[in-house]
Amino acid sequence: MADAVLDAKGLNCPLPILKAKKALKDVPSGGTLEIVATDPGSVADFEAFCRATGNELLDSKSDGGVYTFLIKHTS
Amino acid sequence: MSEESNAKSMSIIVTKGSLDWAYPPFILGTTAAAMGLEVSMFFTFYGLALLKKDLKLQMTPLGNAAMEMPMMGGHMVMPNAMAMLPGVDAAATVMMKNLIKKKGVASIEELREAAVESEIRMVACQMTLDLFEYKREDLIEGHELGGAATYIDIATKSDINLFI
Repeated sequence: MADAVLDAKGLNCPLPILKAKKALKDVPSGGTLEIVATDPGSVADFEAFCRATGNELLDSKSDGGVYTFLIKHTS
Repeated sequence: MSEESNAKSMSIIVTKGSLDWAYPPFILGTTAAAMGLEVSMFFTFYGLALLKKDLKLQMTPLGNAAMEMPMMGGHMVMPNAMAMLPGVDAAATVMMKNLIKKKGVASIEELREAAVESEIRMVACQMTLDLFEYKREDLIEGHELGGAATYIDIATKSDINLFI
């Protein structure tokens, strides 16, 4: 179970990233944030976001047009 | 923004102020800020209108040959002879705003708010202010004034420099 969950369904670029960044602020270091999105572009974008920010992308999965990401707040 | 910061940085020259062209600079600026970059945006010529408190963004299909609006399963391209008619810009703007809402795309107001929140440095071009007779009090709080030298100073220290 993630420490926090962000529902970004129906939102388009760059809103899932902007909202995830905001939500991560409330997740303590070492904690996790789950993001649920429907934007197919978010798959590549969350990888890039994590690479650039140093947060860890623990999991990225796709199920019927719904994408779920698990990010560990490490930076 | 401290001088000693090790964060990567990006500058954007914002030259266009129509509804469609307002997107690229605000999307890239806010995303870069979310990814930890220090971002500066320099608003000049028509781009300066994007700093006005009261945003009345419009767009036009006139001379915009690549503008294809999705319509009834296909795409509509408007010939210039039609695009020049009164009311077409207003209709195209309404259409675009509806699409934006329907597709979950942020409004420019929303993105600009995010830009302010993420402490993006916003520089209003002093010369444009004079040229178009804008008043500083018509612009949003938190902007600073500057000219070409201010931008060049920012650009020489930035990892990414964009002109939009």
